[in-house]
Amino acid sequence: MSAIAVLAAAGGNTPSIPAPHIEYGQLSPMLVVFGAAVAGILVEAFVPRRFRHWTQVTLALAGLVGAFVAVVVLAVQSHGFTRIDLLAMESVALDGPALFLQGVILLAAVVAVLTYAERKLEPKAGGLPADAFAAQAAATPGGEQERAALRAGFATSEVFPLTMFAVGGMLLFPAANDLLTMFVALEVFSLPLYLLCALARRRRLLSQEAAVKYFLLGAFASAFFLFGTALLYGYAGSVKLGDIGDVISGKAMTTPAQLSSTQSDVLVLTGLAMLAVGLLFKVAAVPFHSWTPDVYQGAPTPVTGFMAAATKVAAFGAFLRLFYVAFPGLRLDWRPVMWGVAILTMVVGAVLAVTQQDVKRLLAYSSIAHAGFILTGVIAVNKQGISSVLFYLLAYSFVTLGAFAVVTLVRDSKGEATHLSSWAGLGRRSPLVAAVFALFLLAFAGIPLTSGFTGKFAVFQAAASGGATPLVIVGVLSSAVAAFFYIRVIVLMFFSDPQPGGPTVAIPSAFTATAIGVGVVVTLGLGLLPQYFLDLASKASLFVR
Amino acid sequence: MSALLSATCAVPAAGAVLTAALPAGSSESRRRATKAVALGVSAVTLVLAAVVAARFEPHGDRYQLTESYSWIRSFGITFSLGVDGIGAVLALLTAVLVPMVMLASWHDADPGPAGPDGTFENRRRTQAFFALILAVEAMVIVSFYATDVFLFYVFFEAMLIPMYFLIGGFGDRAGGPESARQRSYAAVKFLLYNLLGGLVMLAAVIGLYVVAQDQGFGTFDLPTLASAVADGKLQLSGTAEKALFLGFFFAFAVKAPLWPLHTWLPNAMGEATAGTAVLITAVVDKVGTFAMLRFCLGLFPHASKTFAPAILVLALVGIVYGALLAVGQKDIKRLVAYASISHFGFIIMGIFALTSQGQSGATLYMVNHGLSTAAWMLVAGFLISRRGSRLIADYGGVQKVAPVLAGTFLIGSLATLSLPGLAPFVSEFLVLVGTFTRYPAIGIVATFGIVLAALYALLLYQRTMTGPVKDGVRTMPDLKARELAVVAPLVALTVLLGVYPKPLTDLVNPSVNATLSQVHETDPAPAHPVAATSGGEQK
Repeated sequence: MSAIAVLAAAGGNTPSIPAPHIEYGQLSPMLVVFGAAVAGILVEAFVPRRFRHWTQVTLALAGLVGAFVAVVVLAVQSHGFTRIDLLAMESVALDGPALFLQGVILLAAVVAVLTYAERKLEPKAGGLPADAFAAQAAATPGGEQERAALRAGFATSEVFPLTMFAVGGMLLFPAANDLLTMFVALEVFSLPLYLLCALARRRRLLSQEAAVKYFLLGAFASAFFLFGTALLYGYAGSVKLGDIGDVISGKAMTTPAQLSSTQSDVLVLTGLAMLAVGLLFKVAAVPFHSWTPDVYQGAPTPVTGFMAAATKVAAFGAFLRLFYVAFPGLRLDWRPVMWGVAILTMVVGAVLAVTQQDVKRLLAYSSIAHAGFILTGVIAVNKQGISSVLFYLLAYSFVTLGAFAVVTLVRDSKGEATHLSSWAGLGRRSPLVAAVFALFLLAFAGIPLTSGFTGKFAVFQAAASGGATPLVIVGVLSSAVAAFFYIRVIVLMFFSDPQPGGPTVAIPSAFTATAIGVGVVVTLGLGLLPQYFLDLASKASLFVR
Repeated sequence: MSALLSATCAVPAAGAVLTAALPAGSSESRRRATKAVALGVSAVTLVLAAVVAARFEPHGDRYQLTESYSWIRSFGITFSLGVDGIGAVLALLTAVLVPMVMLASWHDADPGPAGPDGTFENRRRTQAFFALILAVEAMVIVSFYATDVFLFYVFFEAMLIPMYFLIGGFGDRAGGPESARQRSYAAVKFLLYNLLGGLVMLAAVIGLYVVAQDQGFGTFDLPTLASAVADGKLQLSGTAEKALFLGFFFAFAVKAPLWPLHTWLPNAMGEATAGTAVLITAVVDKVGTFAMLRFCLGLFPHASKTFAPAILVLALVGIVYGALLAVGQKDIKRLVAYASISHFGFIIMGIFALTSQGQSGATLYMVNHGLSTAAWMLVAGFLISRRGSRLIADYGGVQKVAPVLAGTFLIGSLATLSLPGLAPFVSEFLVLVGTFTRYPAIGIVATFGIVLAALYALLLYQRTMTGPVKDGVRTMPDLKARELAVVAPLVALTVLLGVYPKPLTDLVNPSVNATLSQVHETDPAPAHPVAATSGGEQK
């Protein structure tokens, strides 16, 4: 908006477009994160190499915690999410779902940054402690330049500002109140993620391949999203979600030109379908899931954990807003398709996971199945649906972060030992680590007294009261299939004999230990005493129009 | 509001945490301290469960000693406990059996010879084993006391996890890698069967909540729901009721287990230690049959009546099928498992015959089967641990070498075949009479189960204990003091309850009648006088 104003002024016309009114205070969570990201870039330029790691870690954590405090303050000021607002020329919504999800994203990012900061697992390179990221991203894998970078002890500390930019985009994505802002947010958080995927220290070719796949398919999905935006603008004459919703439900006054376009549903249905493709790609729903296993496997594991948790939260947040605000009248049209997608996602995710031999790919397919479970809550189209999805996202992101943090610990001479066969007998060698991983797997499987169960119960209950009983039954059955492969890993860890020369469990620094500890506490806490957070999610489940 | 029930649940739960946290180490004294703590906790639990049973007033309210705490308000879930006669008796049975199982498994979890390269033996093995047993005990007792459908579901499902580790992590060590593989197969099969059952039940639990919420009952409180169903305030449509009934029943039938969902039981009982096998069949499986009585009949009376004939047929098949397969077994523990399948057929038959004799018989059967099978299985476990083989063919002439062992084994066998004078006779008789009054044909066929029971129990005794002394048996020591301390109380209880079952029936009968009245069912008028030695009064 401001760019247009500047252009108009430069053109010498009368400034008929007023300068936008920006509510800096209420936008502060995003501003703090973006500010920390920009400062992180400056750190790269000005701070000596040996101080950069700690400066970046401190800066990122301070930014995230500061933004979280801002979210909490805003939530308190909103009097139980009753005061809801549109900000920045109605392009950003400040309401319950936005604040709740921003809080979740920020907490998940804090945990993810803790795993980024881990430098005790990799052997020292060039006499300096090394993290999970490539010494020099631009160097050819296995080439002389890379060896030189390793010898010099280089580190890609740019991962911290990149992650902060991604977090900023993710904060904006579920809060975006018009399609263009939503698209910009989508790009802002996607581009750094593509880059981060390519930065693994070990198995760099796999990592780069993952990044290319993610980028190509992601760009394609973004194009779909943008095209859908254009079609909907053609249909409704506005990119604002609320306006589109009014036109669709016939509440808005329409011009004669619009009337001709609104009479045919082709524009709106095609536009909606294209938006859905873009979003379903981001949440990894079948049939737009094929990138997930490759990218999850190739990306550096801390990044995978961050991506798996935070991207899902942001994308499902945008999904909810789009379908509850912009398309409330079209339920009959989009529901059957979404039913199909949800069923496919649950079944395909669960069944394909059974055949996996790599723990990161297994978690990738499991995340696909979980996307299906969350979709059943989205489809419920009632207030419970929103609150159950919010709660599920909170529960799921910490289990995921914890699980991937454990994956970083199991290592052999070639780095992380992700092949399942090498996890055999882990429970005998390192009972504690294996028990923690088993807890996360049980939470994924939805065993009672873990957060996964509470979340699953919430979405299924919402779906059942929304009349989607068949979905609940499919969900329950695919949960049983899913349980099989989680159990398989537990069997492998506890009941199989360890292979001689198998991997060892590295002792992490306080960073990863904290990340895993937070995962355990949240998993058990939301399983045993979820009431406070259910209330919070329930109170937060009102969208601003 | 007394906190007696929650204390009975909390003591073993806290004990499990405490036991797990005790210092590890391979020294004998450390291990002994761990075991002593666990045994002490289970003894305290036994006292508490006995106090609960003693304070229960049979002719008072339906649910007594009730407690209720807010838990997950959003879903209408409370942490509500309350006890009826059936729950009190079964919780007491659990509390009696757990110390016995611990004593019997005293050395099952001792660290054995180290792994191939000497480093991988888990030093916390003993702590883990006893902590898991206490965890199972706590969860089972919560299930027996829970008066909130959801609370019951949570613990019904959660108890699978410690049970799974008990089956998969501890077993006969002699078997080598092949037996380790079979054990983990058995553990996974156990978990998947029961998890599938539990997930189907979850769908039904959600369905129940949604249906009830539509009619203004946004709660999982069992007494509220059951009385609303009984008063007709909560109307379930025919289809909905049937679907929900099947959802609940499926989970309980897997757990119980009812033919044809039984196939996990022989694997699990065969591969687990004898103590764990007793936990499975005598404690955990009882939750399934208990839940049929409490939830299926209480919440879905019409559907229960509709499906009763079909369930009776399945139970009948289970009785005969389990007994026939038991006759043909070569493996002692699997034989006991198939015998249990046959017995569970009797229990389920008693429940769904929908007569007061049938149901009080079924409840007594749960207790008696628990005691007699525990005695039988634990002595079999002592036998197996002496010879290192589960095959019947490896034994012979044990009674000449170890007469006390053989004698207690005989009592266990006789109890299993329901010899008059021993406790299982009373309950089996009641179940058969109760079934016969309503479904004579089914009652008659089920009687053949008794004949087959005599066959498998006595054949097993004959093949292992009598005849010429086999080579590996020659130096077999007789029961040790610890083992006698396990078997003696079980045998004593079996005899006592066989001669004088009145304390038990007094506790159980009012609850059974209350359950039956929920189904709007009365006993058919007797065509001939029934020897109601201990049966329920006609209603």
